[in-house]
Amino acid sequence: MPDDAKSESRRKFIRSCVGLASSAGVVGLLLAGYSKQSKALPAWALRPPGALPEAEFNAACVRCGLCVRACPFDMLHLAELGQDITTGTPYFVARDNPCEMCKDIPCAAACPTDALSKELTDVREAKMGVAVLTGRDTCYAVARGANCRACYLACPIKDQAITMERRVSDGRGYFEPTVHPDQCTGCGKCEHDCVTEEASIKVLPLGLARYDPLATR
Amino acid sequence: MNALSEQLSAPIKRGLLARNRWLILRRSAQLGILALFMAGPWFGIWWLKGNLASSIFLDVIGLTDPLVLLQSFVAGHKVALTALTGALTVVALYVVVGGRAYCSWVCPINIVTDAAFWLRNRLRIDASWQPRKSTRWWILATALAVSVLTGTIAWELVNPITMLQRGLVFGMGLAWVVVAAVFLFDLAVSRRGWCSYICPVGAFYGTIGKLALVRVSAVRRRACTDCGDCYRVCPEPHVIVPALKPKEPTASPVISSGDCTNCGRCLDVCADDVFRFGTRFAKLS
Repeated sequence: MPDDAKSESRRKFIRSCVGLASSAGVVGLLLAGYSKQSKALPAWALRPPGALPEAEFNAACVRCGLCVRACPFDMLHLAELGQDITTGTPYFVARDNPCEMCKDIPCAAACPTDALSKELTDVREAKMGVAVLTGRDTCYAVARGANCRACYLACPIKDQAITMERRVSDGRGYFEPTVHPDQCTGCGKCEHDCVTEEASIKVLPLGLARYDPLATR
Repeated sequence: MNALSEQLSAPIKRGLLARNRWLILRRSAQLGILALFMAGPWFGIWWLKGNLASSIFLDVIGLTDPLVLLQSFVAGHKVALTALTGALTVVALYVVVGGRAYCSWVCPINIVTDAAFWLRNRLRIDASWQPRKSTRWWILATALAVSVLTGTIAWELVNPITMLQRGLVFGMGLAWVVVAAVFLFDLAVSRRGWCSYICPVGAFYGTIGKLALVRVSAVRRRACTDCGDCYRVCPEPHVIVPALKPKEPTASPVISSGDCTNCGRCLDVCADDVFRFGTRFAKLS
């Protein structure tokens, strides 16, 4: 082949490579941007027990739904495209159907990739989220001094994760549901059973409840 | 004498069923696998649980998509034993039946793109933008690179295959939008565009296909009458050439390219009965 033709074909080859590589780069950047967006869990969605921290979970969960199938109470869902959760990953809505905290943790046992970690052997050690009394202004016990303790009664970690603490305000005595985060598994029973129209106690995903904007800056 | 030779050289007349035998088998397999997954939520028959990303058959045999697991691994997650054995089982299965047999015998998007191809021909849509053949490899490399950089299973964020299949088994959401986009892309933008040029899942299974045992062969290529039916129906026509029209007359009749999906449409359409399913060691007849 004459030198001209050789260098011409080489030029062509390089040009096509650069073209394809830049197209791949564009696809890659779009994909990367999209993946960043889907890393946070919204306030109303909780992961099943044993779920790795959100960032690790996104690398581990293959979105197969075997945890959904293993749940005897059928309260887990896979996120659908259009929801604020990474598409295909499992979640539950505490207000709707809280976690029943099965002793044998069948959802985690069914997980083929350990996105729901098998290191969690005692479901009472689970950290699906943490309950927070978000509605001090709506809670019957706090705002009205009523004798309501629905959340306290619902809590499976009885007398440890939620206690009713006597408080006095303006000379008025009342009992306040008080969450002890170190004991709370985030099962969502309290949120589910709360009698106010919008739950006054809510379980927040750990990534949200314990999010520190200064730490990640 | 003349009449006899005419009779001999005339293509064998075959019925509608015979002309679509492998297509019917293939659709049955695709829909059957889907039905197995859906029989659980619909009828409480839990033979096959999960979805194409990972599943468990009869509560014993675990299956995991090797590409999904590979992305999970490069994203930094330690591979669990269950998932690894599941992925190796899948790889072993496709080493036998042909890598891209996944595409034509299992993948539900194949039904969508085949429908687009059929409609495209019916509507005589000729205009087409064909990306380079290497595009899917670049997309595969990109998906893996993004998995590494972002620590996510990147392709699963957009993969229409798992989105459609998961949607049918667990709940669709807006996944229809993605499926419709693939259909329209194949219908109006690019002939056989998605499966033959874009999809990195097909590219990945194609690498397994290079080792595959079950292959289509042009064992009776001497009977070929150059009608071109196989080229027109094949989703990857370039794979046929070296087996059907080799430069060396004694060359192997085996279609050895990993791009071949073992769909068997060439067996269906060939009036001269040139092609056969066999092993990679098939010989000319």
